[in-house]
Amino acid sequence: MTINQKVISRIIKQLIACILSGIVLVPFLVIIVNSLKTESEAALMDLSLPKSFRWENYSTAIERGKLVTSFFNSSLYSVTATIISILVNSMAAFVLSRRRTRLNQFLYLFILLGIMLPINYIALIRVMQVLHLLNTRTGIILLYTAINIPFGTFILYGFVETVPRELDEAGLIDGASPLELFFKIVFPLLKPAVVTVALLSFMGIWNDFMLPLYVLNRTSHWPMTLAVYNFFGQYQSEWNLIFADIVLTCLPVFIVYLLGQKWIVSGMVAGAIKG
Amino acid sequence: MNQDKMYPQYFTFMALGLYILLFIIPSFIGIYYSFTNWNRYSSEIRFTGLENYKAIFSSSGNYLSYIYNTFKFTVISNIVKIIPALFLAILLSENLKGENMHRAILFFPAILSYLVIGLIFRSILHPQMGLVNNVFRSLGLDFMAKSWLADPKWVWPSIYMVDAWRGVGYVMTIFIAGLHSIPKYYYEAADIDGAGFLPKLTYITIPMLKPAITINLVFGITYGLRVFDIIFVLTNGGPGRMTEVINTAVFKEFALGTYGVGTALSTILFMFMGFISIVLVRLMNRREIGL
Repeated sequence: MTINQKVISRIIKQLIACILSGIVLVPFLVIIVNSLKTESEAALMDLSLPKSFRWENYSTAIERGKLVTSFFNSSLYSVTATIISILVNSMAAFVLSRRRTRLNQFLYLFILLGIMLPINYIALIRVMQVLHLLNTRTGIILLYTAINIPFGTFILYGFVETVPRELDEAGLIDGASPLELFFKIVFPLLKPAVVTVALLSFMGIWNDFMLPLYVLNRTSHWPMTLAVYNFFGQYQSEWNLIFADIVLTCLPVFIVYLLGQKWIVSGMVAGAIKG
Repeated sequence: MNQDKMYPQYFTFMALGLYILLFIIPSFIGIYYSFTNWNRYSSEIRFTGLENYKAIFSSSGNYLSYIYNTFKFTVISNIVKIIPALFLAILLSENLKGENMHRAILFFPAILSYLVIGLIFRSILHPQMGLVNNVFRSLGLDFMAKSWLADPKWVWPSIYMVDAWRGVGYVMTIFIAGLHSIPKYYYEAADIDGAGFLPKLTYITIPMLKPAITINLVFGITYGLRVFDIIFVLTNGGPGRMTEVINTAVFKEFALGTYGVGTALSTILFMFMGFISIVLVRLMNRREIGL
């Protein structure tokens, strides 16, 4: 290749990258810009700036979509289930990784299967009914915890190996109980993996739509995703409000992504690549 | 040192208990219910043998087409994500200007809910008011303005497009991580031999990316077979029941109250995925996949 050809091919590559980023960004710009317009302006669904910025669309969407309740629900479900699953998973991962008996290796693989297996939702409802957990907040929190067990255990299991065993023995000689040993010495050292798993499970639960669809039929218990879906059906022509609602649903995840981008990307990739 | 005292088995009980109770048990109870007439309208559950499976596998019903659609979606959605993602990963590993920004932008849709993405594209692909048709009309290309999600000819391509829009960046990110692990001198040696882009791709890049390709396939296949949200939101299985997949069909059986048939459909998916999961978990558990 001559120098000229090289320059041209570089320019073309640069252009392709910009066009593709544009294709990803344009839908978001459309949503954001139109969420600030009047109903008739938003009906044109173009990229022009609004004549005046109608921030009140957001308060209207919050009020009509009962978003305060569903924001509370989504936060409650994602935060609580994330905390419980981190505790439960890290304890399990610790023992499974440290004590590789035949039984424990089998149990680890058995848990890993959950990363791939589909859930039988209708039969799950039956189980929830029997346990009196159907249509309850406790029920869905426990479900989200359970669903996060395979992936969380998988990532934490790999990370436990990086914590030196000598620490365990030193702790035990000092007379620490296994619980003290784990929470005072080992758990703090698992922090990078814990942060990754926590962020991923928070986002996964916040974004989930299928479980509440099956197990929550009371609107007062609905998370953001179900609320926005319902809102979309109800106000089909009022795009400005629908878009405001969509922006509000994405916002928490977006903020979490901005704050924890490094952890999230490395976690999603490590989760995918670490054996 | 006493292993059991140091690493007590009860540490694993809570995780195992919840996982078995809410994940494994429903699947096995589901197998039992799939042989019954369980439904919303009678309190008595009667054992009916293979009735539900006969209904699913008989050619008179539509069920076989839902199973077929699930496989079709799995194959095509992976092809349209993995191949472009590979080239994108290569493109964004050549020190272009703003490389990190492009990577971050392309990855971004992967963190959003499928539900939200479905709603965004239902707006953008709206036949009368949507952005896509508006752009075509303003360019005088009125014939290109389609009912993207209702026209039988365009509905599957539209679904694949939206799915790729969300997923390409994620697949690409895994490939980029894989590309980082290929030693630079492989390419330098190839350059000295005068190898062009294609030989370098087929003899160095693709063989060295095997672990990343495997992982993308594992994740892509399990995602494809379990797909629900994106199809439920974009088309809800329509037009007619043209884009129905197993999990959207299960939800419809649930809504109709025909629980027996629903659990049978889920069981078919469970059996199939159980089989491939055992193969895949063994594969993932082997250390050579680690990068």
